[in-house]
Amino acid sequence: MKDKKKAEKIIFKTEKEVPLMPMSLGSMLYNKTGAWRNIRPVIDLGNCIQCGICWKYCPDVAIYIENEFPVVDLEYCKGCGICAEECPTKCIAMVEEEK
Amino acid sequence: MKKEKTMKLSLPTDELMSSGHLACQGCAATLAMRYVLKALGQKTALCIPACCWSVIDGPFPYSSLDVPIFHCAFETAASSASGLKAGLEMVGDTETTVVAWAGDGGTFDIGIQALSGAAERNDDIIYICYDNEAYMNTGIQRSSATPLGAWTTTTPVKHFKNRPKKDIDAIMAAHRIPYQATANTSYPEDLYKKAKKAKDIKGTRFLHIYAPCPTGWKSRPEDSIKLGRMVVQNCIFPLYEVEDGEKYTLNIKPREKKPINDYFRLQGRFRHLKDEDLKLIQEEVDRNWERLLKKVEIGGQQP
Amino acid sequence: MKKVIMGNHALSWGAQLGRAQVIAAYPITPQTQVVELLSEMCASKTLDAKFIKVESEHSAMAACIAASIAGARTFTATSAQGLALMHELLHWASGGRNPVVMGNINRAMAPGWSIWTDQNDSLSQRDTGWIQFYCSSNQEVMDTVVQAFRVSEELMIPSMVILDAFALSHTYEVVDIPDQDKVDGYLPPFKPPVRLTPSDPHAFGGLTSPEHYFELRYKLQKDMEKVPDLVEETGREYEKLFGRYLGQVEDYRCDDAEIIFVTSGTAGYTARVGVDQLRQDGIKAGNLRIKMFRPFPFAKVREILPRAAKVAVVDRNISYGHHGVFYQEVKSALYGRDHDRPPVFGYITGLGGRDIMPETFKEMARMTLAKDKPEEDITWMGVKR
Repeated sequence: MKDKKKAEKIIFKTEKEVPLMPMSLGSMLYNKTGAWRNIRPVIDLGNCIQCGICWKYCPDVAIYIENEFPVVDLEYCKGCGICAEECPTKCIAMVEEEK
Repeated sequence: MKKEKTMKLSLPTDELMSSGHLACQGCAATLAMRYVLKALGQKTALCIPACCWSVIDGPFPYSSLDVPIFHCAFETAASSASGLKAGLEMVGDTETTVVAWAGDGGTFDIGIQALSGAAERNDDIIYICYDNEAYMNTGIQRSSATPLGAWTTTTPVKHFKNRPKKDIDAIMAAHRIPYQATANTSYPEDLYKKAKKAKDIKGTRFLHIYAPCPTGWKSRPEDSIKLGRMVVQNCIFPLYEVEDGEKYTLNIKPREKKPINDYFRLQGRFRHLKDEDLKLIQEEVDRNWERLLKKVEIGGQQP
Repeated sequence: MKKVIMGNHALSWGAQLGRAQVIAAYPITPQTQVVELLSEMCASKTLDAKFIKVESEHSAMAACIAASIAGARTFTATSAQGLALMHELLHWASGGRNPVVMGNINRAMAPGWSIWTDQNDSLSQRDTGWIQFYCSSNQEVMDTVVQAFRVSEELMIPSMVILDAFALSHTYEVVDIPDQDKVDGYLPPFKPPVRLTPSDPHAFGGLTSPEHYFELRYKLQKDMEKVPDLVEETGREYEKLFGRYLGQVEDYRCDDAEIIFVTSGTAGYTARVGVDQLRQDGIKAGNLRIKMFRPFPFAKVREILPRAAKVAVVDRNISYGHHGVFYQEVKSALYGRDHDRPPVFGYITGLGGRDIMPETFKEMARMTLAKDKPEEDITWMGVKR
């Protein structure tokens, strides 16, 4: 379910490459918001009951489902901690990022 | 350790909002967009005036949504949506759902004239206000959606907001629009259902979505969902629908109405409030709740 | 088909002939007949358009812009206070490259409340990135609306078609209304290079950093600079089809003139009468009526004005603390070039709807010819003092 769409930074070399009006030509997926993170969710899949609540409440669409289990997309996860807070079995721990 | 069970998700998995957007950690306005687009689908066009979402979406030449957006002037969410709908229809597109997507400042304050105009004309648009109870994008200034007692950068603790939140839902009901509802990002299934329902109705539809803002409320980012639940359980922001301005339906009636204190204690914007302040606010919440219950009772009695 | 119609109805007819698809407007004196007739046209289906009866001019322009982004041809009309209320959105339309066409009835700004003509309302919108046409007859109003759609849509820049309150808006004149088929041949359907649609989703008008904003504005100016040639070309084409040339300026008896008036709007029509009378009196006068004010017709002004010994600019407006606006612009167009620069005299006339008569022109000619050079930047015509 992870969006595999290629996301690149758009660079206009000259004004001729700039569109007539300000309009989007690419996806914000180029912006790897994982760099904002101080703490990181770590899922203990052994205790996961596959309820999907972490997926549902992720404001950054940074949890996707693979093989029926949630996976955190660390390229984009901003580390808000909602998934850990809302997990009914408390199987997600927020762990300090090593900087 | 792998289990046989398959996941049963309560919402469709299609995403029209992508990662990489510029919202703060724990932003519920972002969740509001994610859920609404799941309900409305790709044939949706948004008019977004100045608000957090004009930044969240990303700067030119990017967007984090797979639906078209017109970033419009602050006070024009509704009038732009009316124009966009008319324009699309005149070029043969009668299917696209046109949505005005505005914050509380753009709805309760500067955009209320255009909203009232569109609602009175019953233009065929969905107006969605995601309400984070202040001008958050400009740096937490009070709006008429800011609740009684709150600190903002223009209502400092010595002069905290001394007027109650404007009752925008009553104002919209007075326009006798076909459908309106309150919703909350902590109740995504209810929100999804209401957006779906709105989609299938013609005329002006209004969704008022409560959306916690950790940055502006001085709350912990991980508490955004919890706060949304509390505000329904303590009846500060009840979930209900109104049809034709008259028929009120209460969606969630808490078994036991919780006191407001716990909700207030989780937010730095209320830290300065004393017990006697909270008592006054509790009384105001009680009055609002009783009034709503009466409307539900009256509206339920059909002639 | 020839009809006797008022100036306001000439705007409505122009919008109908142009097959406007979305109209959003709010009533204001002296514009009301424009929207009344358009309402009739929509109701009787002679015009297939959606008319959004908005609650303010601000919403009118917002709705037009959004409809234009959707790919629809849009029209609105307003005046004075209404135009001022739209101000923010005028920038939005040009910056977003939405070719909205708008009629504006020149009306003096309050306070005190005035419903009579002067140009301060539209000239206050000089720098909003709109093409501005000042008309002097009902025929020209109707023709120019059609041409404005063509020019605006080709360059994706909005246009304002401007006429004087009452002097034109409520004055009845014979107007030759062309056949719809012929107009359709001149003005093809609006096909923008890009439009808002879910089938090709883009976000329009997002946050624009210093990295890109500058280039967007450069492109707008570069396209604005293409307007004069396009007006010339489409004006000649219009002449071929309908027998009426629609240009940037109208020069009247300028070839051998010793004094040329620079005028606009209905004063430009009165000026011709004044010029004829002056010529009868042996004074070789001419009139250069500036029809297209934005972009400014530099080439025409630089070509025509140096023919005369003296230039008298007639402003029905004032930029407080500076001069009349046309006076400023004419001087700046002539300055710093190799060609001869005749002395330019500036006259403020007719504010708030006070009449400008042929005699006013005779008086201005007398005053201009009496001096070698202007002794003051502003000469007030007819102030009681």
